[in-house]
Amino acid sequence: MAKALPANLEQIEVNLKKLTNQRTRSSLLGIAILILIFFGGTLVSLEANAGSFGRGIANFFNYPRDLFVDTFEMGWKYWPRVIKYIPELIITLNIALFSTSIGFILAIIFAIFSSRNLIRNKRVIQFTKFLMDVTRSFPTLIIAMVFLYLMGKSSLPAVIAITIHTAGALGKLFTEAIENCDGKPIEGLSSVGATWTQKIRFSVLPQVLPLFLSYGILRLEINVRESTILGFVGAGGIGEMLAALIQWNYGADVLACMLLLVGTIIALDYLSAYWRHKLIGANQ
Amino acid sequence: MSSSLAIQRENIRKLFPDTFKQARKSRLRGQIIFFLVLVYLIVGFFTLDVVDIPKKWKPQNAAMFVLDTYAHKDHVTMKWENHEDIKIAFEGNYRSVYGRDNLDKSIPDWFYKNSDNVGNVVEFNNKGKAILYKDKVEIVNFPKYERDFTIKLNSNGKPYLVGSEDLVIEDLKGFRITENRVEFRPTLYERIQVYPKKVEIHRYSIGWKYFWFDFSSPLEPYSFFEALGLTFSKERVVPEMSNLKLFLTEIKDNEAFMHGRVWWAMLETIVMAVLGTMFATVMALPLSFLAAYNVTPIKALRFTLRRLFDTLRGIDFLIWSLIFLRAFGPGPFTGIFAIGFTDTGTLGKLYSEAIENTEKKQQEGVQSTGASKFLQHRFGIIPQILPIFVSQSLYYLESNTRGAVIIGAMGAGGIGLQFLGALGTGNDFENVAYMAILVLAVVIFMDRLSAWLRRILIGSDQLIVR
Repeated sequence: MAKALPANLEQIEVNLKKLTNQRTRSSLLGIAILILIFFGGTLVSLEANAGSFGRGIANFFNYPRDLFVDTFEMGWKYWPRVIKYIPELIITLNIALFSTSIGFILAIIFAIFSSRNLIRNKRVIQFTKFLMDVTRSFPTLIIAMVFLYLMGKSSLPAVIAITIHTAGALGKLFTEAIENCDGKPIEGLSSVGATWTQKIRFSVLPQVLPLFLSYGILRLEINVRESTILGFVGAGGIGEMLAALIQWNYGADVLACMLLLVGTIIALDYLSAYWRHKLIGANQ
Repeated sequence: MSSSLAIQRENIRKLFPDTFKQARKSRLRGQIIFFLVLVYLIVGFFTLDVVDIPKKWKPQNAAMFVLDTYAHKDHVTMKWENHEDIKIAFEGNYRSVYGRDNLDKSIPDWFYKNSDNVGNVVEFNNKGKAILYKDKVEIVNFPKYERDFTIKLNSNGKPYLVGSEDLVIEDLKGFRITENRVEFRPTLYERIQVYPKKVEIHRYSIGWKYFWFDFSSPLEPYSFFEALGLTFSKERVVPEMSNLKLFLTEIKDNEAFMHGRVWWAMLETIVMAVLGTMFATVMALPLSFLAAYNVTPIKALRFTLRRLFDTLRGIDFLIWSLIFLRAFGPGPFTGIFAIGFTDTGTLGKLYSEAIENTEKKQQEGVQSTGASKFLQHRFGIIPQILPIFVSQSLYYLESNTRGAVIIGAMGAGGIGLQFLGALGTGNDFENVAYMAILVLAVVIFMDRLSAWLRRILIGSDQLIVR
C-alpha cells in the first residue's frame, strides 16, 4: 500500500509525524510547568498559612452553619432585619453608579485621545495609553486606602478610587472599539468637509455608542462589587456595615447583608446580560 | 446655492416622512436620557458629598504624605537643660542614632561646631543654617530671607522670636508661633521647632536612604554595586559569614524596607492568584461540558449547573473570602479558594457558552466515522474551544492578581495586608510608596505575561469571546 503513494505524500507523512511529536513534547512541557507551579504554590501556601489545610477543610461548613442557625432561631422576625439594611445597600449602589458614570465620561475622553484613527500625534497617544495603563493597574483598594488616610472616613475616597480605575479600564476597551470601527463613514464626512468634532459626533459615536454602553453596564456590575469591598476599609455603605456585624458576631444580621448583596449582584447580572443583549444584539 | 440645497432637503423630507419622524423620535429619546443622566449626576454630586472635597482635602496633609514617599529626614534634638547633649537620629528612630559608640556610625558632615567654637551648626541642603547655643537658636543664611532670626526662651521658659514686634508679616513668612512653640518652616524640606523643653530640627533630603542596607547594617557604608563587588572578594566584611551570604541576609532583613517580608508577601499574593485561577479552570472544565446543551441531554442537570454557576459568581469573592477566612485562617488558602470558587462560576458560564457556540459540522464529521460520544467531544469540540479556554483563563489571571491584593487586605495576608499595615503606622510612607510601586509592577507584569502567553499559545492576544 505504502509503495503506491507518491513521494511527496510520504514526505507529508514524515512531516506530520514530526509535528505531532513536537506538539506532544510542548504539551508535556506545558503540563510539567503547570504541575511545578502547582506544587511550588502549594508549598508556599502551606508555609504561609496560619491554620492547616486539613483543619480548614473540616471547619469549612462551621461558619455558614452558625449563620443559618442564628437566622432560623429568629423565625419570621428575620425579614424586617433584611429590610433594615436596604438604605446601606442604596449607598453602595449610589457610589457605584455615580463613579461609573463619571468614569465612563472620562474614559470616552481618554479613548478619543488614544485612538490612532482620530489623533495624528503619536506623543499624545502614547501618553494617554500610559495614563490608562497606570490608572487601570492600581487596585482600587490601594487608591481608596490612600485617600481614606488623607481625607478621613467618608464615601468620597471610594468614589475617587472607582472613578480612576473605571476611567482606565473602560478607556482601554473604548480605544479598541474606536480603532476597530468602520473607517468609511469618517471618510465620507471628511469628503464633505466636516470638522474633527463633527466627524466624531456623526461617524464614530453612532458606531461605538452601543458597544460603549454595553461595556459600561458590565463595568457597573463590577463596580457594585468593588464599592462593597471598599466599604470594608471604611468607605461606608453595606460593606462597612457587614464588616462591623462580622466583628460583633451578629450572625443573623451578617446573613441578612449577605443575602441582600448576593441578591443584588445576581439581579444585576441578569439585568446587565439582558440590556447588553438588547444593545448589541439589535445592532449586529 | 444654499436655497437650492434647502429645496432639495425639503423634497427629501417629503419623500420619506416616516424616516424623518423616526429620527426625530429617537433624537428626542436620546435627549431625555441625557437629561435624566444629568439630573442623576447632580443628585449624586450632593448625596455623595462631592461638594465637600475642597473641605476634606487638606493640602498640608497630602503634601506631607507625598513628601515622605520620596524623601527621608533626620531629626536633631537638643534639650535646653543640657545643650551639649545633641541627638541626631534617622527619622527620629531611637534605634538609628548617629554617633553612638556601639554602632560605629559617625556624625554626618552637615553637623559641626560653629566658627566661634560655642554653637553647634545644623546645615540644611539649601545652605541655610540653624545654630544651637546654650540659651538661643540662631537661624541664618536662609535663601529668600534678607535677615537672620534668633529664638530665645523668656523668663517663664516659653520660646519667643527676638524682635518679632518690629517685624512685618512679610518677614514672618514661614513662622508659626503659638504659646508653647515657635516653628520655622520656610519650605517643606526644613523645619525648626523650639519648645520650652527642647529644640527639634527636621532636615529632609530627597531619596530612599537605606533602601538596600539599613542603618545598622555592616554593609551600609557601601553602595549597592560596591557591596555586590565585595561579594567577589575574599576578604570578609564580618568574620561570621561570607560576603555573599551577608549581602543577601542584609538586604532581606532590612529593617526600613523589609524586603524579605514584602517579597514573601508578594509571592503569597501571586500564589493566590495563580493557584486560584488554576483551581477555577480545573473545576470549570468538566462542569461546563455538563452544562452545555449540545453535550448533556438532561435538562435538569444543565439547569442545576447553570444556577450553581450563577450562585458561585453571585456570592462574590468578598463573601467567599470571609467564609474561608473563618475556616483556613489568614493565609493563601483563603485567597486561593475565594478566587477559585468565584471564578469557577464565571469561567463555567463562559466555557459552557463557548461550547454551545461551537460549529456542529466538525462533531458531525467525527460522528460519521462511527466514533463514540466521548471521542466526538474529544475531537469535535475540544479543538475548537481550547483556544477560548486558554484565552479566558489567562485573561482572568491578571484581574485575579488585583483581586488577591484585595483579599489579602481583608485579612488573608500577602501584600494587601502589609500595605494596610504600613499605611496604618502613619509615618512609613516610603514603604507605602514602595509597595504600591511593587503591586503596580507585578500587575502590569501579569498583564503582559498573560498577553504574551495568549500570543504564543493561540496566536492572538485579544480576548476571544466566542
